[in-house]
Amino acid sequence: MTETEQPYAELGLKDDEYARICDILGRRPSDTELAMYSVMWSEHCSYKSSKVHLRQFGEKAPETDVLLVGMGENAGVVDVGDGLAVTFKVESHNHPSYVEPYQGAATGVGGIVRDILTMGARPIAVMDSLRFGEIDHPDSRRLVSGVVAGVGGYGNCLGLPNIGGEVVFDPTYAGNPLVNALCLGVMRHDQIQLARAEGAGNKVVLLGAKTGRDGIGGVSVLASATFNEDGGPSKRPSVQVGDPFTEKVVIECCLELFERGLVTGIQDLGGAGLSCATSETASHGGSGMTVDLDLVPLREPSMSPVEVITSESQERMLAIVEPGDVDEVLALCAHWGVLATVIGEVTDSGRLEVRWHGEVVVDVPPASLADEGPVYERPYARPDDQDALQADSTDALVRPATGDELAETLLRLASSPNLASRRWVTEQYDRYVLGGTVLAMPHDSGVVRLVDDSDRGVALSLDGNGRYARLDPYAGAQLALSEAYRNVSTSGARPLAVTNCLNFGSPEDPAVMWQFAEATRGLADGCAELGVPVTGGNVSFYNQTGATAIHPTPVVGVLGVLDDVNRRVPSGFVAAGDVVILLGETYDEFGGSEWAWVVHGHLGGRPPMPRLSAERQLSDALQAAAADGLLTCAHDVSDGGLGQTLVEAALLNGIGATVTLDGDPFVALFSESAARAVVTCRDADVDRLLEIAAGHDLAVSRLGRTGGDALDVTGQFTLPLERLRETHEATLPRHLA
Amino acid sequence: MTARIGVITFPGSLDDRDALRAVRLAGAEPVSLWHGDHDLRGVDAAVLPGGFSYGDYLRAGAIASFAPIMAEVVAAARDGLPVLGICNGFQVLCEAGLLPGALIRNAGLHFVCRDQRLRVEAADTAWTSEYAAGAEIVVPVKNGEGRYVADESTLDELEATGRVAFRYVGGNPNGALRDIAGIRNEAGNVVGLMPHPEHAIDPLTGPSADGLGMFVSVLKQLTAA
Repeated sequence: MTETEQPYAELGLKDDEYARICDILGRRPSDTELAMYSVMWSEHCSYKSSKVHLRQFGEKAPETDVLLVGMGENAGVVDVGDGLAVTFKVESHNHPSYVEPYQGAATGVGGIVRDILTMGARPIAVMDSLRFGEIDHPDSRRLVSGVVAGVGGYGNCLGLPNIGGEVVFDPTYAGNPLVNALCLGVMRHDQIQLARAEGAGNKVVLLGAKTGRDGIGGVSVLASATFNEDGGPSKRPSVQVGDPFTEKVVIECCLELFERGLVTGIQDLGGAGLSCATSETASHGGSGMTVDLDLVPLREPSMSPVEVITSESQERMLAIVEPGDVDEVLALCAHWGVLATVIGEVTDSGRLEVRWHGEVVVDVPPASLADEGPVYERPYARPDDQDALQADSTDALVRPATGDELAETLLRLASSPNLASRRWVTEQYDRYVLGGTVLAMPHDSGVVRLVDDSDRGVALSLDGNGRYARLDPYAGAQLALSEAYRNVSTSGARPLAVTNCLNFGSPEDPAVMWQFAEATRGLADGCAELGVPVTGGNVSFYNQTGATAIHPTPVVGVLGVLDDVNRRVPSGFVAAGDVVILLGETYDEFGGSEWAWVVHGHLGGRPPMPRLSAERQLSDALQAAAADGLLTCAHDVSDGGLGQTLVEAALLNGIGATVTLDGDPFVALFSESAARAVVTCRDADVDRLLEIAAGHDLAVSRLGRTGGDALDVTGQFTLPLERLRETHEATLPRHLA
Repeated sequence: MTARIGVITFPGSLDDRDALRAVRLAGAEPVSLWHGDHDLRGVDAAVLPGGFSYGDYLRAGAIASFAPIMAEVVAAARDGLPVLGICNGFQVLCEAGLLPGALIRNAGLHFVCRDQRLRVEAADTAWTSEYAAGAEIVVPVKNGEGRYVADESTLDELEATGRVAFRYVGGNPNGALRDIAGIRNEAGNVVGLMPHPEHAIDPLTGPSADGLGMFVSVLKQLTAA
């Protein structure tokens, strides 16, 4: 019988990759082995195109003593004091959410929550960063409604407060929306779990949902490929289907297993399903493993071994349990109504051996799947249009000149899709459950108290700006980092650590690869300068339909710690009569700004300059002032400039302000220069606040005072809050409800 | 000696820890109760917390109403045990027949989470005696199926007999008939409401501390008895 060619190309493997598999095994792979390599060596699982660039996050990492677990595990673990540690990470679920918005987004939340649980932590909050095409694009309503309902449906039912995030509309995402979800968890230092299978004879227990035919090839043919013009809905079976109720009981059950010390290692089943969980735990434990697929509880008994081992059915965990503890584990799972089955055993063979119907269908070294996949040095080249794009500055754009024109511009920006109130979205998310939420959207960052018997809390912010990154990916990544860092600082928190989700087009396009290389270099340099290490993250490539890639979109999450959450600073004016002060320097910087985009449909020039040392000074000053209880409110200045900051701060509690601007009023109101924040304080505290600002070399402008029911810019315009609120709140419901 | 107040955990209960915290903050002793037990552990009052018991499959609260512990709750409630159902707990009480009517999908079809103004309509129940009748309070509401419905004659009777416990003020978040946010039984020991008093016990983590009064009300009644 002649050897027929194996279908590796259909599974997403390249010729040389297939040849390497044959080489590793010394024979042709079985169908099941081939399927396992195809998912484990997919871009999504193996990071084969990004690895060489991501190394910088480790190599350039600033000195820190807060990292208990660094990159490489499911999520990094950060020491926040009092014996407490937190773990956090952001991950993409872009392609599934385009194909099937509700389930794609829901399982995006479910997946990142399991990553956090896997570290031994109780998940305590989520955030979401969403990007769609133009708000009036014919497909936007379907996508936004579905994704928001999916994020909410899963998170709400799981009982995790959603404390913030972002929603962005831009034509670049019309054929490829971005759905990035973040989860935060808390644990005691001694509760950290690792994804390791060690100790020959220990049992491999699969717990949670049954395995079905959903999500097969999710990481390979769906996540690691470009959409064709007609490729969307046909990939629906590759999208997983979520059941948050099952995840909720799995979480409670696992936390009790950890608490009782009943597992020696644990891994969640996400992308690549059993292929990933078995090979990673065996590889990281330096051991072998036998698995009997006939023991895996199935939704459909007719499933083939390939389907069973690559299924991405949700709400499943793989636990490594000592033989003597198996009965107790199964009893505890039964108590929670969680299905649990022993499906295999840890061995010292160094091989991952999988049986089905009595036959060995897989016999491979686990590291060859999990850790020794291909690594590519993809060619990269500055895009041909980059110079022209940067030369096309905003200098020639017509600027508003009169007070009326400035007022009209302010209203137009405040009601534009990217700056309008997010309430229509955030009202669909439970922000109260678990009872620890101290601040949530629309505040600059989300702040949660970690445990009941301590005042310690963390602040989190998730930010990105694709337009800035398109104009200059190096600066764009640093600006995303700067904004998240600043947002955490305005709450009074001390920034500690960084997670990131790097959303890009196809790595096979040298122009995209250049954007990726520049963005990672920018982020790594920025983290080094700000003194905050990257603890983990996610890369999402192939975000494009046809030949057009999305804007490079690094989304950055920064986590900070608040020693006393009672000292947190809100982002809205809280009382009339407070002094309003702008910290930081304003320059004439409009490249990539909301003003240029909304008013002129213009994207060109250079983005605002990242000012990292000024960011650090600003952050230190905010922390010092907050710790002394000087600040009644602090709000960062970013998209839309000072004007938007004042609108948001005033509308939060319905307290207006009267301000006087320095210099060119247009530049003062709408420039997006970095390293700035608006703060308010009582009269009695002004001198101390100015002292702190001077001590940190910060420029200070006394703008005016809070109070009244209007935003009054002296000599320019007065806008009643009622009118601002109406226009600010109407945009999202008008298009999406 | 203080009162012991139980909070029942069903699979899928979410705000059970929050209800236990509210009980503790009010000064009572919190007691965890498990859905699968036929045992109320001698508590002096019981809270059915918010969440998605059994994933809200079939209908919100429908499966939980058949949980073993509910047989005990129903019997004890008929003997006067103070029982508070919050959100999903309210749904369970309706499904269990302890309170009339039902909670259906919000009129806007979306989950809604907001700080909600409520008027206390009945201040003579086990759970509301700390409030003045007609007082306005702010408590978070967060649900997807919170629209209270009942037939006209039931609604008329509830109003005529003073059994509407709370009404939405300043906007009805879910289309509940006659703006009803919560109701009580005839004896006043059983109260159910969609908004979440356990999330308004401390201004640090909620919009107000207005919700604590419900837990203080029952505690005072129990310790005075």
